[in-house]
Amino acid sequence: MTLLSIKGVSKRFRGLTAVDRVDLDVASGEIWGVIGPNGAGKTTLFNMIAGQLSPDAGSIELAGRSIHGLSPDVICRLGIGRTFQLVRPFRGLSVEDNVIVGSLLRHAKVGDARERAHELLRRVDLYAKRGQIAASLTLPDRKRLEVARALATGPKLLLLDEVMAGLRPTEADRMVAALRELNRDTGMTIVLIEHVMRAVMALANQILVLHHGAAIARGRPETVVRLPAVIESYLGTDALA
Amino acid sequence: MRALTRDLSRRSIVLLAALLAVLLALPLVANDYQITVLVLILYLAYVGQAWNIMMGFAGLLSLGHALYVGLAAYLSGLLFKDYGISPWLGLLAAIPLSASAGAMISFLAFRFRVTGVYFAILTIAFAEFARIGFDHLAIVNGSGGLFLPVAQNPRSDLWLLRGPPTMFYYVILAATVVAALLSRALLGSRIGYFWLAIREDEQAARATGIDTFRYKTAAVVISAGVTAFAGVFYAFYYNNLFPEQVFNISRSIELIIGPIIGGLGTLFGPVVGAFLLTGLSELLTGTLAALGFDLPGARQVLYGSCLLLVILVLPGGVWPFLARRLRLDGGRR
Repeated sequence: MTLLSIKGVSKRFRGLTAVDRVDLDVASGEIWGVIGPNGAGKTTLFNMIAGQLSPDAGSIELAGRSIHGLSPDVICRLGIGRTFQLVRPFRGLSVEDNVIVGSLLRHAKVGDARERAHELLRRVDLYAKRGQIAASLTLPDRKRLEVARALATGPKLLLLDEVMAGLRPTEADRMVAALRELNRDTGMTIVLIEHVMRAVMALANQILVLHHGAAIARGRPETVVRLPAVIESYLGTDALA
Repeated sequence: MRALTRDLSRRSIVLLAALLAVLLALPLVANDYQITVLVLILYLAYVGQAWNIMMGFAGLLSLGHALYVGLAAYLSGLLFKDYGISPWLGLLAAIPLSASAGAMISFLAFRFRVTGVYFAILTIAFAEFARIGFDHLAIVNGSGGLFLPVAQNPRSDLWLLRGPPTMFYYVILAATVVAALLSRALLGSRIGYFWLAIREDEQAARATGIDTFRYKTAAVVISAGVTAFAGVFYAFYYNNLFPEQVFNISRSIELIIGPIIGGLGTLFGPVVGAFLLTGLSELLTGTLAALGFDLPGARQVLYGSCLLLVILVLPGGVWPFLARRLRLDGGRR
């Protein structure tokens, strides 16, 4: 079943076409990696899916229902959770309270929301730091917190924007394991923007490659990374010679 | 009772109980002047708490809370003067009136995405509209002022709020305690978490599924509704209402200094701030008077100095610092 269906979506900022007629169909339970060089339009695509930006053209549907132009809070309630590339925790609140805010979306009682928050904090290895103020966390921990908060909103589709960046390889592996576990246990669909190829290769079943806003390749990870167009977009034509 | 003391350490409960006992016993030893000062302190603690719901919890700066005080004061005062209606019944009408004024301002502001400083200016504007409007409103005798009938009756009539200062002291003390309990309940509930999230980062709050329009409006409406009681109290305590005084911007400013000094967004900050500020300023005026000085504006200079000092030395406010020192919980919030 198709959970997310994107057709011909474009976004222009003045003269620059940030996203150019991109199509993407994400089936329920899949994990998609979105890769591409800086400025390829990956985050802009996320912003349109999650409602921070409204597309100039094209359609976006979640489980058959158009979410084009809906506001971020409505889209979140419909089942899309996201993290921000530049992390935005609620700085003055404790780690635990950050996640409780998210889980209160699906739990009416604070006590239930707290229990759920603890469960998620354990999954992302932040349980021991639950009492700390979010502003005092290191960057990798803030990334984990973003993931936990997004998960707390009970998403059907999780959008992760470079959550591995800045993590040490062993930490990235743990994050990969936690996400894979969630995908396996709950069938949660994940789309992740990632530069850490090790993590993408380990997690994703499918990869979409963006370059100058356009989708230049898609398919199984092991096939996609061997395509000349992909290597060229990442490393330049010289790498092929 | 257990819900009220949830997450509180034994130490905090004991100290709170001791503080309440002292406040309850104070009229036994205080003279009339001291009672008057205590009433003023508790009044400012009460409105400070009401204002703190907006600014401290949801991060919405109101510089026009005199509007909600004034509307409630005039409505309850008028109902009593013309129809002899009890202030408690007047309060039932005043709360919806102040709350609707808040709802209207919220709708205008949040519908058109007025935020930050511009939102604060909008709140000033509405308080000013009211000041000028009431100046020309015949039914409340315009700038001539509204006077409540004062009975020469030393007995306390709690139903009509006629009586000696001690009665008003206990009334405002009870209200302050209720406001503290309400604030605590709000902060620990779903809506409280959503407010804090909005205060910290509105964009991230929306991405977390929070309908920010709805919860910001709720903060203003609840804050305005709680403030309404302060208006009713003001009307029956002072017995005279002048638009120039009641809706004056200095009234709105006066009531926010306490919470800022005490600690924004904390439960006890507004109370601590009110005691510190008014206590200090009365001490100053008293000392100056005793020394034979009459310095107009001395109080304002003191407020300014305290504000500067706290912002420089304790940007989080006095209460979080005090709570850490006394090893009490709740300093952070």
